[in-house]
Amino acid sequence: MTDIIRTDVLIVGAGPVGLFAVFELGLFDMKCHLIDILDRPGGQCAELYPEKPIYDIPGWPSISAQGLVDRLLEQIAPFKPDFTFNRMVSGLEKLEDGSFRVITDENEVFEAKVVVIAAGGGSFQPKRPPIPGIELYEGKSVFYSVRRMEEFRGHDLVIVGGGDSALDWTLNLQPVAKSVTLVHRRPEFRAAPDSVNKMYAMQEMKELDFQVGQVTGLTGTDGHLSAATIKGPDGDTEVSCTRMLPFFGLTMKLGPIAEWGLNLHENLIPVDTEKFQTSVPGIFAVGDINWYPGKLKLILSGFHEVALMAQAAKRIVSPGERIVFQYTTSSTSLQKKLGVAG
Amino acid sequence: MTKLTFIAHDGTHFDVDAENGSTVMENAIRNAVPGIEAECGGACACATCHVYVDEAWTEEVGEPEAMEEDMLDFAYDVQPNSRLSCQIKVRDALDGLVVRVPARQG
Repeated sequence: MTDIIRTDVLIVGAGPVGLFAVFELGLFDMKCHLIDILDRPGGQCAELYPEKPIYDIPGWPSISAQGLVDRLLEQIAPFKPDFTFNRMVSGLEKLEDGSFRVITDENEVFEAKVVVIAAGGGSFQPKRPPIPGIELYEGKSVFYSVRRMEEFRGHDLVIVGGGDSALDWTLNLQPVAKSVTLVHRRPEFRAAPDSVNKMYAMQEMKELDFQVGQVTGLTGTDGHLSAATIKGPDGDTEVSCTRMLPFFGLTMKLGPIAEWGLNLHENLIPVDTEKFQTSVPGIFAVGDINWYPGKLKLILSGFHEVALMAQAAKRIVSPGERIVFQYTTSSTSLQKKLGVAG
Repeated sequence: MTKLTFIAHDGTHFDVDAENGSTVMENAIRNAVPGIEAECGGACACATCHVYVDEAWTEEVGEPEAMEEDMLDFAYDVQPNSRLSCQIKVRDALDGLVVRVPARQG
């Protein structure tokens, strides 16, 4: 069994609300570990709209989403949170002493006295392209990511998409696969121009094939692909293939949290508005993923929620300890924690 | 007020009065037109408010900008008259605009 990672508070989701939870919990001396399915902090702010301005963060007439994430990271740095990226939480189990054991999809084991779900719209997962019957091939001949390049050796491979993932894997798998056909609905790409130029150069040398169009059908038996139908400007064509990699971006799904035994309300987690606690004591839900009467999915609402949640979490992490409400402006003990005491 | 018509995938017509300056997507959501999801809330970041602009209106509505074209890559069954409805602003010249909702959003 792998080493157990122990922390006071395990935060699921490293978006803006999860990050600010570290601050509020840190003021009460609780150590936090954050898990996120993305490869970096920021959640939707970093993944969906990093350069877009947000106009309703108090004190910031306008701030870019990535700018907000960067400043939150700076703000929580004194509390030295730990991060585990590229992981989805899968299992949760309540232990005899009242704490929680959480397992990730890569079998890391965490134990925490409190779990805070700050998972926003859910975990980002590859979007299934709108091709009828594609689910029959998933995991056997259709894959949404490349875990091992060897999986593709000697195969006729179709890659679908026009972003960096599609172009990078087209270039990287070309020497490994028997043949590579890239399919994208238009000749312009979102990917880095350098990769696009390389791809066109390889097409010129007939080292790969690029087709403008949309994949509309798959042929095969028992999950083993034999051909894909491509609807192009001049009608349908059929391309023989035994592997397909569609890159259609990411979508958000609640995922395994739905199986944790928490009460749910239309894929959201109902909480009380005093502690933001779920139906399971010790598990809290903050930000876009929670629901209560009057809920607004605003970052600023999430910030308020974590401040109240931290009080309740402290009672669980340090039972019996008196909680003193203090202001960061005047409390020297809080300022020491923030590393700003004079 | 500018009149818009949404035709849902099952053929149901939704005639709505839209305020100039609002987006076509906002009017779909406000009037509960089925099939418009608008997951990202209008940031041109999700491609779940995809519509087909009626052929008679494609010229007046205009072409998508580069960022919108990029997002359309994620939409289902993209046609030459495909647009993201969050990127179409309602104005006088669009009075009577007809858009169709696709079978599914992504």
